[in-house]
Amino acid sequence: MTVDLPTPSTLGPSTLGPSTLGPGAVAAPKPVRFLLNWGRRYSLWVFNFGLACCAIEFIATSMARHDFIRLGVIPFAPGPRQADLMVVSGTVTDKMAPAVKRLYEQMPEPKYVISFGSCANCGGPYWDSYCVTKGVDQVIPVDVYVPGCPPRPEALLQGIVKLQEKIAGESMVERYAEPRSVASLTEPTLAPPESP
Amino acid sequence: MTGYMGSYATVLAILVVGIGLVALMLGGNWLLRPARPTPEKQLTYECGVDPVGEGWAQTHVRYYVFAYLYVVFAVDAVFLFPWATVFAVLGWVSVIEMAIFVGFIAIGLVYAWRRGVLTWT
Repeated sequence: MTVDLPTPSTLGPSTLGPSTLGPGAVAAPKPVRFLLNWGRRYSLWVFNFGLACCAIEFIATSMARHDFIRLGVIPFAPGPRQADLMVVSGTVTDKMAPAVKRLYEQMPEPKYVISFGSCANCGGPYWDSYCVTKGVDQVIPVDVYVPGCPPRPEALLQGIVKLQEKIAGESMVERYAEPRSVASLTEPTLAPPESP
Repeated sequence: MTGYMGSYATVLAILVVGIGLVALMLGGNWLLRPARPTPEKQLTYECGVDPVGEGWAQTHVRYYVFAYLYVVFAVDAVFLFPWATVFAVLGWVSVIEMAIFVGFIAIGLVYAWRRGVLTWT
């Protein structure tokens, strides 16, 4: 019996032409790449996709007591077109999922997603519902999952720090390389020897 | 940078610096940015729902009357606000002068009203 497990989605191919990376970013030596990642890491303009009570925790994290602006997360993006990071906080329903997908696609590159709370991670308490998407990662690629129902603001801070660690070690060249062909994934690493 | 033409040299210098700055920023962006063109990025942003209509929108020509009246009262306000800050110094004569000015505008408004401009026919 096969089990139809949901597979997390990944960054799909670009459909209006090839994915490209600027020549400067390709040719940049390691210190410059470090610097670029460093800049990316500490200026995450965030766009809160608030869908349920987790959004309140997100707002609490942006306020004075927890204050994620000190980590460089800026919650003033007027919309997804100006945002680097999307925090999906709350229950994603099948009706909302296309909007989540579209707004994610409208964000400029490079973009990151934090799935905040049990509902966004896997459906949470509504895992059995007929209309709840079982995790936002079925629609868009997620970088960091923050567990909790709802998670405390400290948990989001931890998630942001984890994402920043991920960005620090990220390679733009690998990320924006054209996806490998399916055949290349299954072909053997070594060619069989020539039969004498 | 003195003299008549010298002041134009300053303008030219600012122009060159401005163009250079924009070229530097756009060029830096081009050198470093990743691009992944998708159809969603070319879509009008409407909070994730399907965009309605196009970018080209028209307003009914009737609104020009309201635009005119707005300009009249905006100019009126331009005169009234500075006057309001100093009228205690200028005394009652200025109050009468301003009343005449506002009176003229009021007569104009009454005229527009009588002509039926303010009602939507």
